[in-house]
Amino acid sequence: MTLLDRLEEARRAGDYQAFTDAVPYARFLGLAIGQSGDELITTMRYADHLVGNPALPALHGGTIGALLECAAIFELLWRAETIVLPKTITLTVGYLRSGAPVDTHARGVVTRHGRRVTNVRVEAWQADRAAPIATAHAVFLVMRG
Amino acid sequence: MAEEPDREQRRLRLVRGFFESIPHNRALGMELVEMSHAEAVFRLPYDPKLVGNPDSGVLHGGAITALLDGASGVAVFATLAEIAPIATIDLRIDYLRPAEAGRPVLARATCYKMTRNVAFTRAVAYHEDPADPIAHAVGTFMVSTKRGAARP
Repeated sequence: MTLLDRLEEARRAGDYQAFTDAVPYARFLGLAIGQSGDELITTMRYADHLVGNPALPALHGGTIGALLECAAIFELLWRAETIVLPKTITLTVGYLRSGAPVDTHARGVVTRHGRRVTNVRVEAWQADRAAPIATAHAVFLVMRG
Repeated sequence: MAEEPDREQRRLRLVRGFFESIPHNRALGMELVEMSHAEAVFRLPYDPKLVGNPDSGVLHGGAITALLDGASGVAVFATLAEIAPIATIDLRIDYLRPAEAGRPVLARATCYKMTRNVAFTRAVAYHEDPADPIAHAVGTFMVSTKRGAARP
């Protein structure tokens, strides 16, 4: 089964976790998808191999960037805005606080749908959603269905 | 800027040891290829667990992000007289083309400006030729002289 087939199936079943689990890198990061009301929330479950600073300890900045990018992509797939996998053009990550060794959540909001280009704003937080640890602006090449 | 060879070797060993003590770098399998003043080259071996699209076998952009972030951080370390904690403030990545399945990705990062508190970097990810890049990144890092205090 191709990844697009899995996506179609996930959309029909409303179960995005099966799709996420088909992506090796998403499994490596320990990503879980949950729905909270109208929101799709991507969670990176804490694991020791995500640490970038063992002294603090703090999560590796690369894992937070990757979580933000994945959350933006899942938001696009969830909203069924695209019939192909979105291709990231640029990702700009602002790191606001160090990431504690706990679960990290992220949610993307589509700020503009274009015919070819879509912009997504993403935020990542831990215990306190009002105190995000990172924000990102991601731009994707998409083909709308 | 030439340093005595043994001092340079010591520094390289120190940075390599420090870098390899970081769990996520080990999990990715990142290897330090070379380091000179203000510059570092890393290699990310191809690994099926880092794949973003199982149909094509292409690495996920996130793995490239972590590689560029790590390489840029070490380029900052390479300009410091001694290792001090640093923290990424901001990182922008332009994805220029997909990485090819089955091939390692290299990253060359340069710290092109160091101020009292902030370091500025640029980096490219590529297979063989930095002039034919997969991704390009610019970053800023907070540099601390006190242990644990490098937070924006």
